[in-house]
Amino acid sequence: MNDLSASSRINYQAVMVRPSVERRIRGLSDKALAWLFITPTIVLLLAINIFPLLWTIYLSFTNYRANRPNAPTIWLGTDWYQSILTDPDIWAAMQVTAHFVIWTVVIETVLGFGLAFLIDKKFRGHGIWTTIILLPMMLSPAVVGNFWTFLYQPQIGLFNYVVAFFTSGDASSFQMLGDVRLSPWAIVIVDAWMWTPYVMLICLAGLRSIPDYIYEAAEVDRASKWRQFWSITLPMALPFIMLAVLFRGIENFKMFDMVNLLTGGGPGSTTEVASITLKRAAFESWRTGYSSAFAIILFVTVFGLANIYVKALNKVKSR
Amino acid sequence: MIVDANPSITRRGFADKILRRGPLEAIATTIIAAGVVMLMQPFFLTLYSWSLATTLFGTVMFTIVSKVRE
Repeated sequence: MNDLSASSRINYQAVMVRPSVERRIRGLSDKALAWLFITPTIVLLLAINIFPLLWTIYLSFTNYRANRPNAPTIWLGTDWYQSILTDPDIWAAMQVTAHFVIWTVVIETVLGFGLAFLIDKKFRGHGIWTTIILLPMMLSPAVVGNFWTFLYQPQIGLFNYVVAFFTSGDASSFQMLGDVRLSPWAIVIVDAWMWTPYVMLICLAGLRSIPDYIYEAAEVDRASKWRQFWSITLPMALPFIMLAVLFRGIENFKMFDMVNLLTGGGPGSTTEVASITLKRAAFESWRTGYSSAFAIILFVTVFGLANIYVKALNKVKSR
Repeated sequence: MIVDANPSITRRGFADKILRRGPLEAIATTIIAAGVVMLMQPFFLTLYSWSLATTLFGTVMFTIVSKVRE
């Protein structure tokens, strides 16, 4: 009996409270309501993205070191920027990054477009093949880095045995991750293996967006398959290919996790891409101001490339 | 003596051709791409030193011209 009266009292209070809350919300304008919903996101964005960015820009002009937080901070102006932009070692790291970015993007684009072209033919079982091809893309870079380290093992690694099988050489005669000449290619192979399916997916979307009647008109004009490919398929899929190239270019410019797991930048500094140099400066040498300036240089580059990416994206959207 | 009867019309035509979002964005995009190439090229250290300024200039230009009328 008491329980019943308690619940009815709660209901009664709820009925009493609800109209006043409703009235208060109903009193807000559309603009105020919009701000009410947007504010938490903006606060989160400011706290997580904008504030750290502004703080990094500030630190890049100082001698701040994260392992000595109580040491006096001195304003250095653009000293770190000048130091980084005249340092041959950082320039070398940029060239390693360029080698990685250019080769991965070229291989992924050629293979990805080729695979998309084949999958688009809709042969028997093309669905299951598409799923199998997409599998590497769905794995975590940490997992991929670890198991390719095993695949590249000179003694037990499958990769060495496959290469030895086709070249009739000795499987343990070369080290993909330990050799100065081979290690830059080792990371290119892994990235191409992992991200070619992604490029294939974007190219496939481009190929499927080409209307059939264009090919039918070309058939009527007796255009050969070769001519159809160069005059219809490639030009119409080009914005999508550009999109894939830019996206992979930006992603690989920032590449860290997979390279760190595979080689850690070694042997020596042959695979030391820019992000690994940055990590070493920030968390091994504890040169926080210097690494902040380096991070800002990389950020400006990525931001510039992202602008081009957005422009390409709008071009694709407007089609 | 030759007198241009409609100088303002000619000037507006030229301005209309150049000061549009499309061509300006294309110029900004080219500057950004040049900055990125300068950053990663292995030939001249001087070009590498000027890469940040070039990319930054291109990016700021792109941000500004993307607000220009179509």
